[in-house]
Amino acid sequence: MSAVPPKLQAVLDDFALMPDRNARAEYLIEIADRFDAVRVPPEVAQRPYDERHRVPACESEAFVWALDNPDGTLTFRFDVLNPQGLSAMAMAVVLDETCSGAPLEQVASVPADIVFTLFGKEISMGKGQGLMGLVSMVQHAARQRLATG
Amino acid sequence: MSDIASRGYAHPDKLVSTDWVAAHLDDPNVRIVESNEDPLLYASGHIPGAVQIDWVSDLNDPLRRDYLDAPRFEQLMSRVGIAPETLVVFYGDKNNWWACYALWVFQLFGHTNTRVMDGGRLKWEQEGRPLTREVPTYPPTVYKAQPRNDSVIRAFRDDVMRHINANKPLVDVRSPAEYTGEKLHMEGYPNEGALRGGHIPGAKNVPWGRAVNPHDGTFKTAEELRAIYEQEQGLKPDDDVIAYCRIGERSSHTWFVLSYLLGYPNVRNYDGSWTEWGNLVGVPIEK
Repeated sequence: MSAVPPKLQAVLDDFALMPDRNARAEYLIEIADRFDAVRVPPEVAQRPYDERHRVPACESEAFVWALDNPDGTLTFRFDVLNPQGLSAMAMAVVLDETCSGAPLEQVASVPADIVFTLFGKEISMGKGQGLMGLVSMVQHAARQRLATG
Repeated sequence: MSDIASRGYAHPDKLVSTDWVAAHLDDPNVRIVESNEDPLLYASGHIPGAVQIDWVSDLNDPLRRDYLDAPRFEQLMSRVGIAPETLVVFYGDKNNWWACYALWVFQLFGHTNTRVMDGGRLKWEQEGRPLTREVPTYPPTVYKAQPRNDSVIRAFRDDVMRHINANKPLVDVRSPAEYTGEKLHMEGYPNEGALRGGHIPGAKNVPWGRAVNPHDGTFKTAEELRAIYEQEQGLKPDDDVIAYCRIGERSSHTWFVLSYLLGYPNVRNYDGSWTEWGNLVGVPIEK
């Protein structure tokens, strides 16, 4: 199995060193503040979005798009309809900043349980499933491109 | 949205408005508690003076699948400065979903001096009211909790089985796709925490969020709620009702609506919900 994208591994290493829950929350809020940069542009999709882009189990109503790059990699774009869905926004930013443009084999290897490294093991089951759904959509898009060439 | 008192609720006193909360921010007899679905929201800003109670880390037993016991509840109350006589006002994201859950757990310990802030965090933010990142501290209280009473508002799987056999009403408050079991069969879908999909036989499907106005998170009027639960679904005020969802959090919202806004005296929340029922060996399931 391929390693995850190096940028993602660096972020995971950072979070593994977080001293406590509050520090983790502060860091994630800072990351979520960059969400506008990864929001799907209107020339790609407009509301109401195609339901095929909806993240399953995400209570924050997140959507994911995988856009083809000339070099065969993917750029990921997102929307989160719940304006209070900070965790989904943070997760989307992490995925874009670390997986967009990365080799597809690496993106396809991203395990959904990175959610617990980023958000902590105390996250609720429902929240964890929604965030893992986001990761799974990105991973699934990379696998599909690999399968279809 | 109309004034709370004019909406025809059975217990309008169980709700407070954002105006009321704004006027009681410094009231020493009131503790404002934020309880959210999103774990980052409180840290990103909250109502001044509000403390956070987290369902996972504060209200659950750390080992068993159960709620905290009376000694832990006492420690929690002491830590957030709540005394037995304190009026606790809950609010949160997602239409007060987790706020109602926290209120329900408080009630297991007999702390009934509680309210929900109508509209929750969404309405407070929409009105441009202040939020702060400052986490307050309060003098520890001495709180002697009643033993947790699970017999009145909480249902267990054996209760549910008896309920089915007696043809009493159940309300499944999950989404239609969860109710039909369709979700468990979707490719790439995260595991819902259950081996089987579907619903408890006889349960009516009323997604919890139908009880609120989506634009501002306030509760619908009693007349609108009766149209959903009574005219549409056939519930009656004197019914013995059990509500459930996946782990009992969304159904605590419906428990609150039926118990306090419509005044049903016999409503229980089955917190084992689908993550228990959908994993039990040999129990009946409908699709």
